[in-house]
Amino acid sequence: MHSAALVIIFLTVVIALILGLLAARGKQMNLQQWTVAGRSFGALFVFLLMAGDIYTTFTFLGGSGWSYGVGGPTLYILSYGSLAYVLAYFMLPRIWRYAKTHNLISQPDYFEQRFQSKGLAMLVALVGVVAIIPYLQSQFTGLGLIVEIASYGAISSVWGMVIAMVVIAVYVTLSGVRGSAWTAVLKDIVLLAVVLFIGIALPLHVGGFSAMFHKIDAMRPGFLTFGSTAMGIPWFISTVLMTAVGFYMWPHAFGAVYTARSERVFRNNAMFLPLYQLILLFVFFVGFAAILIVPGLTNSNLALMSAVTKVYAPWFVGVIGGAGMLAALVPGSLMLIGASTLLSENIYRPLSRNATPAQVQLVARVLVWVIAAITLFFAANSNATIVALLLMGYNFVTQFFPAVILGVFTQRGANRIGALCGILVGVILVAIFALTGTSIIWGLNAGFLAVILNAIVVLAVSAATRSAATVESASTGATPAD
Amino acid sequence: MAVRWLAILPPVAFLVGVLFANSITPYVLGLPFLWFYISACVVFTALVMIVVYVLDPANKGPELQD
Repeated sequence: MHSAALVIIFLTVVIALILGLLAARGKQMNLQQWTVAGRSFGALFVFLLMAGDIYTTFTFLGGSGWSYGVGGPTLYILSYGSLAYVLAYFMLPRIWRYAKTHNLISQPDYFEQRFQSKGLAMLVALVGVVAIIPYLQSQFTGLGLIVEIASYGAISSVWGMVIAMVVIAVYVTLSGVRGSAWTAVLKDIVLLAVVLFIGIALPLHVGGFSAMFHKIDAMRPGFLTFGSTAMGIPWFISTVLMTAVGFYMWPHAFGAVYTARSERVFRNNAMFLPLYQLILLFVFFVGFAAILIVPGLTNSNLALMSAVTKVYAPWFVGVIGGAGMLAALVPGSLMLIGASTLLSENIYRPLSRNATPAQVQLVARVLVWVIAAITLFFAANSNATIVALLLMGYNFVTQFFPAVILGVFTQRGANRIGALCGILVGVILVAIFALTGTSIIWGLNAGFLAVILNAIVVLAVSAATRSAATVESASTGATPAD
Repeated sequence: MAVRWLAILPPVAFLVGVLFANSITPYVLGLPFLWFYISACVVFTALVMIVVYVLDPANKGPELQD
């Protein structure tokens, strides 16, 4: 009865599609409805959309894969979210207010309005899409593995990815953000139950929590702390800093900020989202239990699904696979909406001046399929760990942070040319890191070094061009341009 | 607004505290010490943010909408 697993996964996807369709019904689907849901979401929905960003394939399969494969350094995943919420308490209300005043829809809109530069906005849109692709790729990879394992090898992971791509793209085309929010409710309930269950049952299966950790420590001394690999404490500190400040720089996360009904939503969420993070511990426990249940996997992404398949009956593998499907569907759809809106709204529209709103929307919907196909191509030709893919995306999006934080909290700390130079320097550096496979330099996260250099460039260039403008205006009597 | 400065505590706990917590022993609640410590930091963050939220005057009074 191995087919039971696939049947259950299929039913889960059908339910998600129906929810998505119901959510979209009766709403006029212009671009603003499709992407920011008319700015109508309260604390609970924003909470779930943002939590939807946390409980993804990245944590479900990637997190367990990392605790299986690298041990101690996995703790960075538990740490950066909490610090991101602390930062959000101060930063997001200001961004939300600014977005509402100027009726912004996407992340590049913020740069265009704040720095009065269409070119900067287009650069930001492009970098955003580049960053989203490895993230989306990790979701596809996860979905492919789930289908492959749940079909007990009958469907290859590449075909699994093709199916996953079609499901996500159909889902997004039909429902937009509102559909994501409703599916997020379903996903969070199912995922919470599944993660708590296997996060407790599998460690008990190998003799209990304390015994499990003692066995692993005896097998691999130092594995459970920092320093047994190149990823020591300096790596931890720099990675947590980089990912915490980059957390809301993702185009879809930045866009989700706009969906809130009021600015207090973010301050409210800062109290409870950290606790929600603790569920991640149970995901990591699954990876540790898998070290003892299915040792020696060459692909650590498989740790959770392999352990589950070895211990449980096919129908239960189906339930877990279904949960994994949902874990990829919600964030995957948000990312696809994010990337297609970026390209249509912030690159296509300014370049073709007389495009009608209907044309822009059509382009957005076509781009969903194009981006999904490109991502599928990368996913089918890669064997990177899911966490490594996400960190690569973080390297890119975090480059927005210096310009955003200076723009939010200072009047003149960053200007147009400073922001442009900083982002360019940062992005070129991380592109070089990505192409050469560099992730650690001097024990520090390479992306962290890039963002530091980026910040220095933003500050220096802004200061230099500001004083030049002041000198000029003093001599000519004109006001500074920025 | 001074209460907002409390928000500096969670980053210190995670990023400075870790220097002193990178150890397997003692086990607490079945977890290696480092794992217990980071988990405790998460709970600590939530507690600090609850205090900040409750005392921050920005969250007093009716919520401004539209």
